[in-house]
Amino acid sequence: MTTSGTSGNVIAKYLPVYFVLLGIAGLEFFLAYRNFSTGSLLAILLALAVCGGALAVLYFMHLAQERRSLFLTLIPALIFVLIMMNMIWSDSLRLLHMRPFAH
Amino acid sequence: MSESDVATHGHGAALMEGSPYAIPSRKLTMWLFIISDAVTFGALLFGYGYLRTASSDWPAPFKFNPSILNVMIMTFILITSSLTMLGAVDSAKAGNKAKANRFLWSTILLGVIFAGLHIREWFALIDDGVRLFQNPWGSPLFGATFFSITGLHLLHVVCGVVAIAVVARGYTRGRLTAGHVEITGLYWHFVDLVWMFVVPLVYLLNLSR
Repeated sequence: MTTSGTSGNVIAKYLPVYFVLLGIAGLEFFLAYRNFSTGSLLAILLALAVCGGALAVLYFMHLAQERRSLFLTLIPALIFVLIMMNMIWSDSLRLLHMRPFAH
Repeated sequence: MSESDVATHGHGAALMEGSPYAIPSRKLTMWLFIISDAVTFGALLFGYGYLRTASSDWPAPFKFNPSILNVMIMTFILITSSLTMLGAVDSAKAGNKAKANRFLWSTILLGVIFAGLHIREWFALIDDGVRLFQNPWGSPLFGATFFSITGLHLLHVVCGVVAIAVVARGYTRGRLTAGHVEITGLYWHFVDLVWMFVVPLVYLLNLSR
């Protein structure tokens, strides 16, 4: 079990992470209306989402306070599976270029 | 004796090897569920990316008002609900049942508002003519991917609201412990985490300009 907080000021210690997550979300909305190419926007938004997700996992879900063995068991396996899913992209682009109207 | 003590040094300590993670088995189970669910959402989002890349006429239907404004409010509500859930977990661990209960019901309220806004967003798109396999703008698969991804997320939110209500009731009556509140909190934070990826990929990359 992770360490418990006091009942006095239970959410104050999480407020910095909360505001950072709100800031990341706000930045995503702001950047979406800038003039980036779709590829650049995708990369920027994904990077911001990964940062937000990491903060949520480490501090809201308390993975940073658990034993490192738990982190090493769960996260590398998840990242490996998600990376393996990227093999679809070449086929997706091939489909686009094989369309009759895509000259 | 805490739950982790029971897990590592408990009744079967003489017979069983201690947990390498020093957490109760139900918490490990929730982590394993979260990882498998993350893979499910990952597969859906990659599938969506595949179809979007392979289509030359992918629709971009989301106007600032009402869609993006609605999504901004939904994002704020969901992140705030994670904060109230953290308050519930900490209060429960500190043994403050009344405070934990207030935080749990605040989380439920925020979850219900999120679900309501989500359904409003769906109805607005359906009114615009978006169906599972057709829409007025372009690739007919837009509706299938949009409703699949956001629908699965909405299902998670609804299940989370029900689970938190059950845990809140059980915790108040003394049938459930702070450990149950913590595990439900893990699930709720995961729902929040998934939304952080759904918003940029499904909404912000398909803005109507």
